[in-house]
Amino acid sequence: MKRRNFVKKTGLGSLVGILGLDIVYGAKIPENYTLLGLQDPDPFQMFDKDKEMVVLNSKPWNMEAVAHLLDDRITPNKYMFIRNNGLVPENIDVKKWSITFDGESVKEKKTFTLEELKSKFAHHTYQLTLECGGNGRSEFDPPAKGNQWTIGAVGCASWTGVSLKDVLNEVGIKDDAVYIGYHAADQHLSRDPNKEPISRGVPISKAMMDETLLAFKMNGEDIPLVHGYPLRLVCGGWPASTSGKWVNRISVRNIVHDGEKMTGSSYKVPCNPVAPGEEVKNEDMCIIESMPVKSLITYPKSGAMIPKGKKLNIRGHAWAGELEISRVSYSIDFGATWSECSLEKPVNRLAWQHFKASISFPKSGYYEVWARATDSNGVSQPMLLPGWNPKGYLNNACHRIAVKIS
Amino acid sequence: MSKQDNFRKQVKSFYGILVISFAMVLLIGVLGVIYMMDPSVFSSKKDTPNSEVVDVDPDEDWDKIENGIHLRTGFKDGEGLMTVVNNCTNCHSAQLVIQNRMNEERWIETIRWMQKTQNLWDLGDNEKVIVNYLVTNYPPKSKGRREALTNIEWYPLEQ
Repeated sequence: MKRRNFVKKTGLGSLVGILGLDIVYGAKIPENYTLLGLQDPDPFQMFDKDKEMVVLNSKPWNMEAVAHLLDDRITPNKYMFIRNNGLVPENIDVKKWSITFDGESVKEKKTFTLEELKSKFAHHTYQLTLECGGNGRSEFDPPAKGNQWTIGAVGCASWTGVSLKDVLNEVGIKDDAVYIGYHAADQHLSRDPNKEPISRGVPISKAMMDETLLAFKMNGEDIPLVHGYPLRLVCGGWPASTSGKWVNRISVRNIVHDGEKMTGSSYKVPCNPVAPGEEVKNEDMCIIESMPVKSLITYPKSGAMIPKGKKLNIRGHAWAGELEISRVSYSIDFGATWSECSLEKPVNRLAWQHFKASISFPKSGYYEVWARATDSNGVSQPMLLPGWNPKGYLNNACHRIAVKIS
Repeated sequence: MSKQDNFRKQVKSFYGILVISFAMVLLIGVLGVIYMMDPSVFSSKKDTPNSEVVDVDPDEDWDKIENGIHLRTGFKDGEGLMTVVNNCTNCHSAQLVIQNRMNEERWIETIRWMQKTQNLWDLGDNEKVIVNYLVTNYPPKSKGRREALTNIEWYPLEQ
């Protein structure tokens, strides 16, 4: 910060000396403008995030929460994880923003301005769980490549927008439509304009669900830039990469969308289970759809010490992709015995559910409180890592916190 | 114009450039000394650093290494460090590399993937240097099927 001021105050002539390079059009730089190369980005300030959030990567920006930050029923922006594949778009002109519907399976190509979208279609608000497909990747052995998310790439904010279904019906889609794919305004890391950082999508059945939104608000306000301002596709319960940010085009496809990170091995797991470390051919990998059952203890923070004889109140959230949670249990003896938590119904479909429990401990010492959720199909979280996969997706192993009774 | 005049003129203009350059070097030097003695001279009063991130002064030493860490990127110091910095931090940050642990085969596979899909250039002879640096400094670590909880920060809980 000081360096920046120093450089500024010594003027351009010295700037040339210090940087050891010439600034073409240096004389035309407006006053008080800081050159991009001299900005040290403070991501917490830039994205309005809490300082306890953890930056995994600054180019592209990737940031996750820690468990106790996710205690709110509705995740506020300051605790919402960031997963970017490319560079955040610059100079967005919201007045000129539009979204085009094209592809093999639209009856006619159609474009709506953002204003038209907002005025033509009914608005809906849902609380939708978004979790990165790679959340929990850091635990896989052998390790999987990519951002090493621990547990914090999940959040459940309230999203307001129009139903994608309503817009697709207005556009008119053909009977052979199987998939939609989004396109967006973010830039590829290499700044190659012919490359898209990410262009994923969902089957037409998911696109036509009531809760699949073209959202323009998060938690009642304009969506923060880093989360997709001014328009984001939100597909709750599916890998968050299907919820495209900065969306300006949606292609209705007569094939499974083949955009960036749809082909190859991204966001795919082996169709049949494999041994840890086994090589899997691309054609043997299947696209991840609904996310698996999972839960987080968000209170207390791991490391709590309480006096003997006192009860420990715990609480947290559980979610299961397209499904509902039917039960959350906890164990203080590494799974030997389980007790039930009280569980709330979701505020709407695809929203996480809140659980709590009051725990007594038999004697002093070190404990771990493990939480285990079960979905409406009777499937529970594993205590160990689930099936290994080459890209390290879908780790839904039980969350646990350390507790000491003294 | 005689040859001598011409020569004199050239010397004069050269002398002029020399004086200006010298003055500039002197000015930067003086400002630099003042800055080193009291950096706050050049910063506005409002500008209180509120970042916990260590602010490395690249003017001092752009590629400074402290306790075996290349401060600017966070990479471990080792053979091939600068080759890695120069080839692997143009598109993505060093953090993406540092978080990952792979064996030789998988680092090479990752490089191939970046070359095929992400516009990474042909690394030529540098590829060997880079892969060797990565395998040496960021090898895979066995974690088993579930690791023990570590780095627990204990605190008394009031409730």
